[in-house]
Amino acid sequence: MAQTLYDKIWQDHLVTEQEDGSALLYIDQQLLHEVTSPQAFEGLRLADRSVWRIAGNLATPDHNVPTDPKERETGIAGITDLIARTQVSTLDDNCRAFNIEQYDIHDKRQGIVHVMGPEQGATLPGMTIVCGDSHTSTHGAFAALAQGIGTSEVEHVLASQCLLQRKTKNLAVRISGELGHGVYAKDLVLKIIGELGTAGATGHTIEFMGEAIRNLSMEGRMTVCNMAIEAGARAGLVAFDDVTAAYVKGRPLAPSGELWDQALAYWRTLHSDADAVFDTQHSIDVTNMAPQVSWGTSPEMVVAIDGVVPEPVGAKEEGIRNACTYMDLQPGQKMTSIELDRIFIGSCTNARIEDIRVAAQVAKGRKVASSITQAMVVPGSGLVKAQAEEEGLAQILVDAGFEWRAPGCSMCLAMNADKLQPGEHCASTSNRNFEGRQGHNGRTHLVSPATAAAAAIAGHFVDSREFV
Amino acid sequence: MTPFTTHTGLAVPLDRANVDTDQIIPKQFLKSIRRTGFGDNLFDAWRYHDEGDMGKTPNDREINSDFILNVPRYQGASVLLARENFGCGSSREHAVWALSEFGFRCVIAPSFADIFSNNCFKNGVLPIVLAEAEVVALFDRALAGEDVQVAVDLAAQTVSSGDAVYGFDITEQRKHSLLNGLDEIGATLAQAESIKTFEGSYKQRRPWTFLRDV
Repeated sequence: MAQTLYDKIWQDHLVTEQEDGSALLYIDQQLLHEVTSPQAFEGLRLADRSVWRIAGNLATPDHNVPTDPKERETGIAGITDLIARTQVSTLDDNCRAFNIEQYDIHDKRQGIVHVMGPEQGATLPGMTIVCGDSHTSTHGAFAALAQGIGTSEVEHVLASQCLLQRKTKNLAVRISGELGHGVYAKDLVLKIIGELGTAGATGHTIEFMGEAIRNLSMEGRMTVCNMAIEAGARAGLVAFDDVTAAYVKGRPLAPSGELWDQALAYWRTLHSDADAVFDTQHSIDVTNMAPQVSWGTSPEMVVAIDGVVPEPVGAKEEGIRNACTYMDLQPGQKMTSIELDRIFIGSCTNARIEDIRVAAQVAKGRKVASSITQAMVVPGSGLVKAQAEEEGLAQILVDAGFEWRAPGCSMCLAMNADKLQPGEHCASTSNRNFEGRQGHNGRTHLVSPATAAAAAIAGHFVDSREFV
Repeated sequence: MTPFTTHTGLAVPLDRANVDTDQIIPKQFLKSIRRTGFGDNLFDAWRYHDEGDMGKTPNDREINSDFILNVPRYQGASVLLARENFGCGSSREHAVWALSEFGFRCVIAPSFADIFSNNCFKNGVLPIVLAEAEVVALFDRALAGEDVQVAVDLAAQTVSSGDAVYGFDITEQRKHSLLNGLDEIGATLAQAESIKTFEGSYKQRRPWTFLRDV
């Protein structure tokens, strides 16, 4: 029977299945970080259980680490927030106690889990990957079934290397047309979420297909899959192809030699069969699509850069009204009239080298507007940081007035000191614009790195295509 | 896990769609390495006017008396009545820990986000999906000023309130797990032989997945 890509990966990892559809799914790789793992390790200890497969886990601290280069110099001891310091050192302690490999705060490979995994080759095609973080969907770009899980499930995977779950439905998002100059993967995924809605893919695994996806780099595909969760899907997928193979080859944890050839032969099968049936389908044509920007407090509240805040009408009237109040925007107001206070370029959505390159391209020879309180660029890992410095991108950004930070999740969720003040508007390359996400009463607009950098220069939203 | 069999309680209507887990428990409370201590900060940004942080107690806070959970008649409510897509966003299980510690035993909504719903089942909190019209009927009564008492019977898979009895779906595995307060990890490890057998053949099939194993 014809299978979707999701069906294939599911079947390949199925340990047992009950009559009601509840299944034990074997997990190849669990990624751990400091925020959602301490209670899982504690649970193991309380029940006197061991880790099923130590090498099936890989850890790095990211959510809570400071990104101020000075604060980072002395590692954990330098974390001024004592509660955060305890959490990061607890990850150290747990990894040591259970013998789990960790790229700690001093390691050059440390970074946002969803940047680190692919960079190291810990993320491989055909794998099942979990992490106590909803943006684990990122790894689906490699034709891997990658899902965010809760802490009880983290403990379950630590103890058994399996996840207890039921199969989701299949949703195909078919994207036709080509992205125009100065329009990026982030614009594409924002547009998709705007159309599907924030719950449009609940209960489904999305496979992103079509010309525009095939033309994206792996980093672009990661950006798209990263935000599958913002449409409600626990996982997003892209079929394996030569672009995937070229990215994976030579990564430290990727296979080589004969094993590479063997893996490659299997990976070539990681696509939906031509006649595979999807439960749900959605098509979108991106020809002539403009850069996108979120105006409200849900990732589905998206318009084109030349668009306006919508009128509060229809089924979502109340949601639009609430969001306008929170964001201090008027229906009909032009997006380009919104003045920004802070700029954040970073997060597991957009903190890879291509993102930094685009930001630097926009910033080169220009200056951040004096009305901007802070514009920060936070690379996704120590290796991204090093590469950006080597390519001269960091210097370009600093010369333009951006702050160049140490790697971490930073202002995407503002657990550390990087946050908005009440009422501030931020152009952010992150993934969530929920109320208070980037700071108490802060106002987030989700955009691509190009749009964020252009907004930093102009002081307000502007069509970034004029800058690249 | 705390078993869930039957529960009767007052339903508090949270009249808002797409409530995300950042609202249920804001990020500053996620620095804790414990499973407890989140109840006072449930819906923190809506419950209080001032910005919350770890270490602040409710006595130090400016209470938002307009927020539904702070309305006197809803004190002690143990059933949360919610709109569609409740619990979307972040996978933080802290959201369920906060709801549970506050006193909620179940959440009724027309739909839930997947990860949140999963997390509920791991903590003895029952997320009940009712038909849109049924949820609307419960909301209409509550918003009209009625104290809506709800009786949930998990074995029978029913929600009774006033004259109405609504049925809901749940998988056998989850039902069994909740009714018995089952240790799910223990139940999975009871199948250790199956996992080992699978792992052995899988390793033959996909050896490159085991490069870091020694």
